[in-house]
Amino acid sequence: MGNFLQNVVNQIDPYVMQILVNIGIGIILALGLNVITGLAGQLSLGHAAFMSIGAFTGAILTIKLGMPFGVNLLCSGFMAALFSVLIGFPTLRLSGDYLAIATLGFAEILKVVFLNLDITNRALGLSVPPPYSSIPLPVYVLISVVLAVTALALMQESRFGRALKAIREDEIAAEAMGVNATRYKIQAFAIGSFYAGVGGCLYAHFIAYINPSDFGFLKSIDILNMVVLGGLGSIPGVILGASLLTTAPEFLGFMKQYRMLVYGIILIILMLFRPNGLLGGVSFKEMVLKIFRKRTQPSRA
Amino acid sequence: MTVLELDKVSIRFGGLVAVSQVSFNIHAGEILALIGPNGAGKTTIFNLIMGLYKLTDGKILFKNINISSRKPHQIAALGIGRTFQTIHLFNQLTVFDNVLIGAHTQGGRNMTGALLKWLPAIAKEEKDLHELAFRCLQMVGLEKKRDALAKNLPYGEQRRLEIARALALKPSLLLLDEPAAGMNPQETKELMELIHVIRNSGITILLVEHDMKFVMKISDRIVVLDYGAKIAEGVPEEIRTSPLVIQAYLGKVGAR
Repeated sequence: MGNFLQNVVNQIDPYVMQILVNIGIGIILALGLNVITGLAGQLSLGHAAFMSIGAFTGAILTIKLGMPFGVNLLCSGFMAALFSVLIGFPTLRLSGDYLAIATLGFAEILKVVFLNLDITNRALGLSVPPPYSSIPLPVYVLISVVLAVTALALMQESRFGRALKAIREDEIAAEAMGVNATRYKIQAFAIGSFYAGVGGCLYAHFIAYINPSDFGFLKSIDILNMVVLGGLGSIPGVILGASLLTTAPEFLGFMKQYRMLVYGIILIILMLFRPNGLLGGVSFKEMVLKIFRKRTQPSRA
Repeated sequence: MTVLELDKVSIRFGGLVAVSQVSFNIHAGEILALIGPNGAGKTTIFNLIMGLYKLTDGKILFKNINISSRKPHQIAALGIGRTFQTIHLFNQLTVFDNVLIGAHTQGGRNMTGALLKWLPAIAKEEKDLHELAFRCLQMVGLEKKRDALAKNLPYGEQRRLEIARALALKPSLLLLDEPAAGMNPQETKELMELIHVIRNSGITILLVEHDMKFVMKISDRIVVLDYGAKIAEGVPEEIRTSPLVIQAYLGKVGAR
């Protein structure tokens, strides 16, 4: 099985494969932030911190314990979720922008902590050995993406997802409907961070070298960009946003040093013309229904 | 039977006593109106009942349970539904989703339940919630608009959607904060009929309203507040002729 999958992976051009894996990891990270910001409406500016918790947990578990990769992914996710609950418990009880400030601070503190811990090899960073598994890493990325999308799609349409959306729309009204806003916000935060932890663990093993300064404020903003660009709360939007922003450096490569300038201009133009993101407010169900109705209407008339 | 009992309820905001020593009971199945001039403390009492403010003094009993120190979501879960003076709908969600969220306390499935929606027990719960939400929409006559976004409804329908959402909570007590505000005479008449239907389905109603004709017609009893204190309580006829009430609204004869 493992050999067969390895052969399949080898068929794909390494450069394309590298981009695909990066997109996949981007999607997982962005979907996680989408639970927190898109569904529950809480602004987190430290998503990269939870990614780094997953990355270092995964790396250390592989190095020290040689843990099987599947279990390792789960452990990394849970570790990130655990920290998010510790941060979320005091801050999510307050409404407003406290979470944004707290996560921003948490991310910076965590970076400094990782830079000074022996187990994370201080400022030198960690070299990560290949994962302990016969299945190649890209397959793990693919499975994780599929699971992440499925879980989120199910969540959105459930009683749980509705409660999160209610909190996003109007917290006072949500409470008046019996929704325990604090509990739901913490749960959303934990789920989002779990995604980040899994994404971080995949990232660590894919890049094979991690350094605390890889997970700074800019990385958090990158992930936030993916979510906002694609459309807050929309799964296809987030996938599109993650894909576009991950590949942007590739297809803007011909512009050399003006790349980031153009990137910035594109973002501004998008925010002017599609303030809700590329696919924000677009319902695919509606679109399909509309096409269907158009086709059936003439026959009725 | 008493559904809600306010016992010497007071709240102070700094030096301002917004509500002082107010006591009254709401009996099962009645429509009780809370009236008073602007700033008399009507909405403050609503917020006290729902747990948005903490009492400075006194206690509030709902079905003999002391709810004075409970959180809003806990109080809602006990069976008190409310609408808001200024509309508080979930704007970006559909009409149906708004009511489904109202039915939140009628379900119990959580995070893991969301991932296992094919299990019969979970599928059934979701189906029950949908049916309940649909019945509530029917009750206020909005079932045809179920897929519209809440923010796109006209004002009167938004008001009715708020009521439908509160009904989905299966409340035994419904608090309506100025339900007729901004409505035209036709809408007000329909609202009155709706409130009667709700009461006849066994829900007790406490409402705050400024439209006196509306209040006098619909209420079984009226409690009058002025400057945070209760000044009168009784059936509409008593209130209409009470000198204290007339004085609170119109001022003293001969005073300048």
